[in-house]
Amino acid sequence: MGNVIGIGAAPKRKEDQRFLTGRGNYVSDIKRPGMAAGVFVRSPHGHAILRDIDKSAALGAPGIVAVLTGDDVAADGLGSLPCGWGITDAKGVPMKEPPFPMLAQGKVRFVGDMVAFVVAETVEQANSAAELLAIDYEVLPSVVGVLDAVHPGAPQLFDDVPNNVCCDWELGDKGAVETAFRKAAHVAKLSLVNNRLIGNPMEPRAAIAEYEPGTDRYTLWSTSQFPHVVRFLMGALVLKIPQHKLRVVAPDVGGGFGVKQFHYGEEAVITWAARRVMRPIKWVASRSEGYVSDRHGRDHVTEAELALDETGKFLAFRVKTLANMGGYLSTFGPNIPTNLYGPLLSGVYTMPAIYCNVKVVFTNTVPVDAYRGAGRPEATFVLERIVDVAAAEMGIDRVEIRRRNMIPKEAYPYQTPVLVQYDSGDPMGCLDGALVAADVKNFGARKAASQRKGKFRGLGYSTYVEACGLAPSRFAGRLGARGGLYESATVRVHPTGQVTVMIGTHNHGQGHETTFAQIVSDKLGVPFENVDIVFGDTDRVQFGMGTYGSRSLVVGGAALSKAADKVIVKGKKIAAHLLEAAEVDIQFEAGKFSVAGTDRTKTFEEIAGAAYVPHDYPLEVLEPGLEEQAYYDPVNFTYPGGCHIAEVEVDPETGTVTLVNYTAVDDVGTVINPMIVEGQLHGGIVQGVGQALYENAVYDDGSGQLLSGSLMDYCMPRADHLPMMKVATHSTLCTHTPMGVKGCGEVGTIGSPAAVINAVVDALSHLGVTHVDMPATPNRIWRLLQNASLPVAAE
Amino acid sequence: MKPFAYHQPDQIPDAAKLLTSIEDSKLVAGGMTLIPTLKQRLANPAALIDLSKLPGLKGISDGAAITIGAMTPHAEVAASKLVQAKIPALAALASMIGDPAVRSRGTIGGSVANNDPAADYPAGVLGLGATIVTSAREILADKFFLGLFETALQSGEIITAIRFPLPLKAGYAKFKAPASRYALVGVFVAKFADGVRVAVTGAGPGVFRVPPMEQALSQNFDPSAIAAIKIDTDGLTSDIHAEADYRAHLVTVMAKRAVDAALG
Ligand SMILES: Cc1cc2nc3c(=O)[nH]c(=O)nc-3n(C[C@H](O)[C@H](O)[C@H](O)COP(=O)(O)OP(=O)(O)OC[C@H]3O[C@@H](n4cnc5c(N)ncnc54)[C@H](O)[C@@H]3O)c2cc1C
Repeated sequence: MGNVIGIGAAPKRKEDQRFLTGRGNYVSDIKRPGMAAGVFVRSPHGHAILRDIDKSAALGAPGIVAVLTGDDVAADGLGSLPCGWGITDAKGVPMKEPPFPMLAQGKVRFVGDMVAFVVAETVEQANSAAELLAIDYEVLPSVVGVLDAVHPGAPQLFDDVPNNVCCDWELGDKGAVETAFRKAAHVAKLSLVNNRLIGNPMEPRAAIAEYEPGTDRYTLWSTSQFPHVVRFLMGALVLKIPQHKLRVVAPDVGGGFGVKQFHYGEEAVITWAARRVMRPIKWVASRSEGYVSDRHGRDHVTEAELALDETGKFLAFRVKTLANMGGYLSTFGPNIPTNLYGPLLSGVYTMPAIYCNVKVVFTNTVPVDAYRGAGRPEATFVLERIVDVAAAEMGIDRVEIRRRNMIPKEAYPYQTPVLVQYDSGDPMGCLDGALVAADVKNFGARKAASQRKGKFRGLGYSTYVEACGLAPSRFAGRLGARGGLYESATVRVHPTGQVTVMIGTHNHGQGHETTFAQIVSDKLGVPFENVDIVFGDTDRVQFGMGTYGSRSLVVGGAALSKAADKVIVKGKKIAAHLLEAAEVDIQFEAGKFSVAGTDRTKTFEEIAGAAYVPHDYPLEVLEPGLEEQAYYDPVNFTYPGGCHIAEVEVDPETGTVTLVNYTAVDDVGTVINPMIVEGQLHGGIVQGVGQALYENAVYDDGSGQLLSGSLMDYCMPRADHLPMMKVATHSTLCTHTPMGVKGCGEVGTIGSPAAVINAVVDALSHLGVTHVDMPATPNRIWRLLQNASLPVAAE
Repeated sequence: MKPFAYHQPDQIPDAAKLLTSIEDSKLVAGGMTLIPTLKQRLANPAALIDLSKLPGLKGISDGAAITIGAMTPHAEVAASKLVQAKIPALAALASMIGDPAVRSRGTIGGSVANNDPAADYPAGVLGLGATIVTSAREILADKFFLGLFETALQSGEIITAIRFPLPLKAGYAKFKAPASRYALVGVFVAKFADGVRVAVTGAGPGVFRVPPMEQALSQNFDPSAIAAIKIDTDGLTSDIHAEADYRAHLVTVMAKRAVDAALG
């Protein structure tokens, strides 16, 4: 028999066995009898009137099964793709929410907007038939950047959305901020761009849909991070399929990073089409197709101002941001640059007053939505950058200015002026730990060594906090959420004592099958290998909101912990009966129920057996069986944070930035599996480094073409871009989650961009450089040095 | 990918004949460039003529010059003891192409025939003043590369080998494009008894030589000799990765580094 492997242990990941031996079960691995192939025909134009689609030639193509367009969608009276959040402006006016048809109707609004779905016997036949569609577009000028989009006279995406502004949102006390700025000894200002990103999960999106006439049931297999939410949004709001007639399965999914946590039009179209053609249909996106259809991330233009007193204490922070929404509102779109951004602007600092204004803007680009970190990296970047700017301008050391403003450990719980209340934290402890781990005291010597090689070395700090464990439903509801954000778990104990957990979160690389099994093993004292975690199937799992916003352990794990507690409570009742003792005298420890102060015990297996063979059982007061379910709705967000220190070397001749050292000391609360936490931090940091140094989604203005449309032009960070990282935790316990956990999925991505860019600016500060926009590409750095018109170091 | 016929001839004349007789036919070597374009339906040839069974196209031979068969993959050139000994810069260049999978399949003939403006081999071939040997004739590098994906190859002509004269010294410096890792700018410098050749790839629509650098280096084969030589930005490429003036700047930097590499 195997061992209990509990909280704090670092077993190898259970799920890796099947992934590493090629036995995963991804959507594209699934074959259904009689399955046809579907391809989407997408707009090659950023903005155009869709005048006519002539299907006749395509309908005569070999192997053709069906060609569906927006007219067919309209004729069937299907709904628009819903937005899960409804935000309002300062006066309480709801955001503009134009319809997002699952196949374009009347107009296309971005390159990649879907105009038709072609179904044929094979993918090749479907592609050939698609080429025969005669689509009459009247091309309009596109607008791709937020600054241009709000300009009077800019191309208008929707007739009833003047200046393309979806919502003019604000947060905070404008008056208090203005007063504080009037009294300030110093005001630091910063204009910046937060670059647009493409998520790039390793597995492209895919879907299979099937309709069974015998039971009138639909099944959708989809690469989704939240199958139950897809069932609800698509079934209830788009296709009008009753929930009990719709099954959504998200089997093994090869990474998501947020890109797969939306309800996509492809899912609705394929499900609808499967019934129309009475055959299962499969669609698998190519990488290039993903580039023009997977929701993008970030894309802000921001003006920020920080008011300080003469000692460098922060008095107030004012932030004005234009946030790109792309061509339509995606599932969480308007929530990301508002509710997940403004409330983070206090950071780890005592900031008496904050005002944040965000104009949410439509453009002729792929819809923008959550991407790992979602709103919080953008907030962290603005704040941690302007703190450095202020320090430099006031001649205060960058670490010192942070210390002067940090919330002391004793001040928690700490209420910020922007809605959120941090329950716990020790930013100073993280900073101190990171300073040592990064060997900051010998940085001078390393810088001098670089200088001797003609290179500039810089150090950058980011002391940050984020809000995750999305989300307290009541709080979210007040902010405009149209759904709840709790999680559910069922713990099913089998008659032999093994355990199956059904949980509503979705594992797509995070290691949940291991982490959650450790929790059960720990709580119930059953061997680790005797626990299986089931997720990703609406027919097998009761309900769930899925995985995003570092919520799986925090919210899902809490539901699981509660359900396991209920199992113990019931087990104690059964044990009391079997051991002829009072229930209050039964103790449960290390997998054994015992009568306090005696050696009378029953094992967990014996209790499970008794529950399913209830011969000697309190049937009058207790139901047989041992299976418990719990729903958990968090009372607050959790607030992981920490200190990241990046060290870079810049080659002034070519402008190349090399990340030479990276240190992170993070407070993620209780650590269930340190190896998995380290992996999450590594991955998160790499994605943040990617944003800072390499990744950039670039559109051509006017035509709306995506210029960085493939991996040949969109630079992902690679192993040889990165040094070995030093990653450690310095945890305080969350005061309101059952296990004290805070979540760790996004911290790396949130803390790192500012650390890296602060390091780059530090390396170049002697040349008068005060800011570098992301990504800090060689060309961009070289240009800055040219403009600084200072002598470039000789070799 | 659309359907196409597939031929695998075992004699060079047969291959040449197929190529001229079948309209819209294409040679396939390593397929590293061609197959992706087929998959994206950017090219839809009626037939592919596979060069892999033709005799004598693979391998590296010694002599007064080094001759590399057209079907020799990049990995073989990179690992060749002979190339490493005689033209180490060429072995180094091959080792910088793409990734291990690309180097195992991609061939020198395919790369030279394709003449991608950011490919590495064209810089080595032009920089060393190599000779392109085809099924019909021999072509000097200076007459072979005609700009953006264009070469002197005529229809039905197959590259069989590239013949490289041995330089006294040579070096290659490549500034990799961040995403594709093709050459954003690559400079090959070769010193011969009768002068120095400098060939640049990546910077413009096709590989080109830089006579002022060649003259300066012929006088004094040292990085300092060219440090002040600036390249005209006219005609250089500007794209989302690099603007023309940055590319021009990189030509000088990479040329200096190539000379450094040549000096060991
Ligand atoms: C991911 C990736 C990264 C890459 N990175 C680089 C890089 O960094 N630097 C670089 O230089 N290249 C790079 N390449 C290109 C690579 O080197 C290719 O292998 C090469 O360009 C083409 O060689 P091939 O043998 O694959 O030719 P194929 O793809 O088979 O053919 C290419 C073209 O040449 C023609 N052709 C092939 N052989 C002959 C011949 N003997 N005679 C006449 N015509 C012929 C074909 O008809 C076709 O038109 C990369 C490719 C990939 C996929």
